[in-house]
Amino acid sequence: MNLLTFDDVHFGYDRPVLAGVTLEVRAGEVLALLGTNGAGKSTLLQLGCGTLTPHRGSIHCAGEPLTQLTRREAARRLALVTQANDVHFPLTALEYVLTGRFAHAHAFGFDTEEDVELARQALRDTDAAHFAERRFNQLSSGERQRVVLARALAQQPQLLLLDEPTANADLAHQVALLALVQRLTRERGLGALVITHEINLAAEFADRVALLHEGRLLACGSPAEVLTESLLTKIFATALLVDRNPHSDKPRVSFWSAKGQKPH
Amino acid sequence: MRRAYLNRNHVFVTLAWLTAALVLMAFVALTVGSESIPLASLWPALKQWLTHNNQLGEREVILFSLRLPRIALAVGVGASLALAGAAFQALLRNPLADPHILGISSGAAFGAIVGIITAAQLPFAPNLTRAVFSFAGASIASALVYRLGRREDDPARLVLAGVILSTFLSSLNVLMLSLVDDVRLRNITLWLLGDLSNALTESLLFIGAALLLGLGVLLTQARALNLMMIGAREAFTLGVETTRTRWLVFAAASLLTGAAVAAGGAIGYVGLLTPHLIRLIAGADNRLVLPAAALGGALLTLVADTLARTVIAPRELPTGAITALLGAPLFIYLLLKRR
Repeated sequence: MNLLTFDDVHFGYDRPVLAGVTLEVRAGEVLALLGTNGAGKSTLLQLGCGTLTPHRGSIHCAGEPLTQLTRREAARRLALVTQANDVHFPLTALEYVLTGRFAHAHAFGFDTEEDVELARQALRDTDAAHFAERRFNQLSSGERQRVVLARALAQQPQLLLLDEPTANADLAHQVALLALVQRLTRERGLGALVITHEINLAAEFADRVALLHEGRLLACGSPAEVLTESLLTKIFATALLVDRNPHSDKPRVSFWSAKGQKPH
Repeated sequence: MRRAYLNRNHVFVTLAWLTAALVLMAFVALTVGSESIPLASLWPALKQWLTHNNQLGEREVILFSLRLPRIALAVGVGASLALAGAAFQALLRNPLADPHILGISSGAAFGAIVGIITAAQLPFAPNLTRAVFSFAGASIASALVYRLGRREDDPARLVLAGVILSTFLSSLNVLMLSLVDDVRLRNITLWLLGDLSNALTESLLFIGAALLLGLGVLLTQARALNLMMIGAREAFTLGVETTRTRWLVFAAASLLTGAAVAAGGAIGYVGLLTPHLIRLIAGADNRLVLPAAALGGALLTLVADTLARTVIAPRELPTGAITALLGAPLFIYLLLKRR
């Protein structure tokens, strides 16, 4: 089933950012979105969660036009994970995660025991339970990132939209985070659209990889199909070596040399 | 005192303590003043007031015609300002926001002065005109300051916009004051500094109605404000109809500011400091911060007003001077402590 469909989506400010992107995210898959800075990846994600609307083309969320969903309906279907803002107020990590229950609760009233238990479980899932009582703005950026992901899980969406979820995480938490996302797609049938610059993590954890270049979708398919030397070298304008991870047999991308040029 | 998240008990206990403190302070305010009235004589005086309305002694007049309405006014004005401050801070995700600093009080004062000047030409009730114009002034000022300082993630920009608007409107106010005759000028100047000495029944009714309406609207948005406080775009993706919430909160906070300024003048710092103090003791969840700020603002303003009319009795200070005297150092302390 398609959880999110972009159909010939165009968007731009004074110049075009996205030009005719057609892409779908399916239930039970991790779709990694790769591309250079300014390729339009984050814009695509913002369009996908409704904070931006396309100039042309349409976006459907589980079969329904995104624009026709109320914000609460949309929030019960998809959750966005971006870099966390500073919070200027003394909210605890648990209170932060509890805001993820907004779309499921009455607009007025207190959090139920079920809400609190879901929030605590989400914090345990992201290895953040031990700082549930701490103030959000006293956490490190990597710790905050796990709390933001926990909030998205507490939202109980069908689809996760993740904008560089591993940007501030240490190596162990990068792997743990993507393994968690992958596990959720397998166990709960969630879909996940992940923007990342970690090509090797994408190769290991993504079912499909989409390459976005200058606002257009250049390729979309299995990691082995998309992560080829010729395509990657073209996009990143850097000579890259693609071989196989001997353990997982997934594509593995490394530099040819420090200068980024292929030796003759 | 502080919990990992807000629960019902925590809310009721905090609000009960604040209510008890407010009631206690109201009794203190009834008994002290240029004429000290012992606590024991309150009950007989109340019976006298209720049963023999047309033959009141001096003591009953002081208690029930002067002090009680003034206490009610201080409670109404303080609650409204603190509530407006808490709402603006959460909505604009800016702990420095407050009706005074954002220039919204100046807008309300501007409206009220226009109201006073035009009321002389109009056949309507002058106090109603003043309140309506004051609300209009507050609304226009909040719309302006929001447009000027809208950029996300830059609290300083918004405060700067507020300071600019505030100084501009203050000069306009001074300009207009030079247009009215002398006796009224003196009263308006005092009132601009925050003056609760003139507690008319009409003012009390306006502020009471505005407070009920404003509190009601804001409580329905308390949960949404918890999300807005983290970020408007995040709130949107988490299910908040952000445009609607923004309109409702701006309208409610402008109404509260307008009503408070029309009734008691531009009293500063209550809206800024009360929510800070509440968050310090009770956490940042707006489902508690909003009602607690209303009670706390009422308490602080009542304390300030009681000081204003007792420290140099029988003469009086403007209440706004006391809140600024107490508030400014406290605010500097809080600023330094945040580092």
